[in-house]
Amino acid sequence: MRLLIHTTLFLSVFIFIGSSRIFSVEPSPQVQADTLVNTADTVGVSVAPVTSLLVDDYKYDNGEQLNLSWVPSIDDQLIDGKVSVYRVYRITNDSTRELIAELPPGSNSFTDKNLNRHDTYRYIVAAVSASDDEVLSTTTEPVQPQREWINFRRGYLFLLALIIGGAVIYYIQSARRGKKLFVRKIAGLEAVDEAIGRATEMGRPILYIPGILDMDDVQTLAAITILGRVAHQIADYDTKIRMPVSRSLVMTAARETIKTAYQTAGRPDQYSDDMVSYVTDEQFGYVAAVDGIMVREKPATVFLLGAFFAESLILAETGNSIGAIQIAGTARPAQLPFFIAACDFTLIGEELFAASAYLSGEPKALGSLKGQDVGKAIAMIVILVGVIAVTIGNAWDVKFMNDVKDMLTTIFSTQ
Amino acid sequence: MRREVPLFITFFIGMLLIFSVFIPPMESLGEDFTVFFDIIAVFAFFLGGGNLLRVHVSKLTRQKRDWQYSIVTLLGFAVTLVIGLFKIGNPGGIAAAPTAAGSLFQEIFDYCLVPLGATMYSLLAFFVASASYRAFRAKNREATILLIAAFIILLGRTPFGTVVTGWIPESFDVLQVPNLAVWIMNAPNLAGQRAIMIGIGLGVVSMSLRVILGIERTYLGEDKS
Repeated sequence: MRLLIHTTLFLSVFIFIGSSRIFSVEPSPQVQADTLVNTADTVGVSVAPVTSLLVDDYKYDNGEQLNLSWVPSIDDQLIDGKVSVYRVYRITNDSTRELIAELPPGSNSFTDKNLNRHDTYRYIVAAVSASDDEVLSTTTEPVQPQREWINFRRGYLFLLALIIGGAVIYYIQSARRGKKLFVRKIAGLEAVDEAIGRATEMGRPILYIPGILDMDDVQTLAAITILGRVAHQIADYDTKIRMPVSRSLVMTAARETIKTAYQTAGRPDQYSDDMVSYVTDEQFGYVAAVDGIMVREKPATVFLLGAFFAESLILAETGNSIGAIQIAGTARPAQLPFFIAACDFTLIGEELFAASAYLSGEPKALGSLKGQDVGKAIAMIVILVGVIAVTIGNAWDVKFMNDVKDMLTTIFSTQ
Repeated sequence: MRREVPLFITFFIGMLLIFSVFIPPMESLGEDFTVFFDIIAVFAFFLGGGNLLRVHVSKLTRQKRDWQYSIVTLLGFAVTLVIGLFKIGNPGGIAAAPTAAGSLFQEIFDYCLVPLGATMYSLLAFFVASASYRAFRAKNREATILLIAAFIILLGRTPFGTVVTGWIPESFDVLQVPNLAVWIMNAPNLAGQRAIMIGIGLGVVSMSLRVILGIERTYLGEDKS
């Protein structure tokens, strides 16, 4: 773990240096086309050509893109403009030119994607009049896209990831050393015991729905980890669990999880593969099946944890209509209001991901929750600074505030 | 080994995918792994399909409660599978795509599955009404605020909202119901959603690190972290 922290620190220094451009990247080839009109290729000249056509390597990619920029035709005016469209032509190696894009008037740039870095490319941009007469710029010099090995544009993102990831690892280590960590109570998770106990007393099953996405979705993963904790209690209380799923891999993972929980609880003979059954991948087919199970078997407790879409309210309202105690949780903000309206307890967003750690009560897992707080503190500070910078910068045009705003935009830009 | 190998694979692939975001030649790695996952998921479908058959055949042979419905499920499964596999009723023959226009497989989808799905989806209208009724009962201060906000947005999205407050002069147009509705959606609602999204983002980071570092192992069928 210490090695990991040292590696993290080294990489943060490296990326900081990289962001400062000490490791400068070779300037990309930039070719300016002759701005004269190629009269030989011009038919019925009626508009002025584009000028200053430049082709430039797209920075920090795998050598697959080139940027084109130009000064629009002087006849490209907002009012009474004569240019109807710009046509971008590409010549790959020594082949004939091919039309790759048509752009509206006012355009002055284009990014050509999906190129091969072993080929050379030349470009022509034509200004086209309303009568479809093309006026071509001259052809640019041949250019090859360049490949870069590190995307320094994402340097700030890397730094942020290191800070937040480092904080999580730091608090996990602190918890391992025995430091006591305070984690606020989450009502929905406090109610898990009560909900399982209720099903036991009533002699009815517990219905566990892990959403409708596959194991490659982090919400489904969270649902399966919570299932591990819940199944342990279910096995302890010798209650029945019913888990219809809409993905085959989820079925396999859920069976393993429940089986282990029953083995750990000392009741391996009580486990049955029938506890988890595959229904269908089809969204509303699955909903129909689950609604049918709810109405026929009347489970005492329903867990709706994972990724849900339009079916969230249909499932939650059916559960409500049969009087089941419902604990729901999802990381899809659009579905949260439905769960809050129809369920007894709702795990909102991050609480879904915290649930497994919370239920386990293990210091290492709780330490990771504490690490999130560092990320929240950063988010709060950035929001506060951003709001102040935008408000003052816009109201009084203060340069420093505008610079702060631009810096934050650069740091948190996703490109 | 049963424990170490999956943990090593998780750690290695997890770290690889994190770093691939910052290394342009590796950027497409995430998409490649998604394709790998899809291939594995296709094979896993045999498990799912097999389970479906086992459950319903067992229900049918033992004549458990509501066993008649299993006949519909099994027939639907078998008929669709055979028609899709052998391109029965496909104008393009065996070489054509199963979903080719006019094929029987596509018609089963269009005229059976889609209407059935739409029927389930349409239930949402009734459930929205019943859930709204419960959520908007002004039991306390928060529920009252929710009720007022919902009323303004509902009114603001209808022509009636424009008519009712159309008389408010331009200088106070922010008080017109449609504008109020837009403000509620763009300011308090969006701010709340973004706060939740930031929390979710951090939650995903924390959970992913627990999985990658092997602290969270429940998904592997292990009880102890």
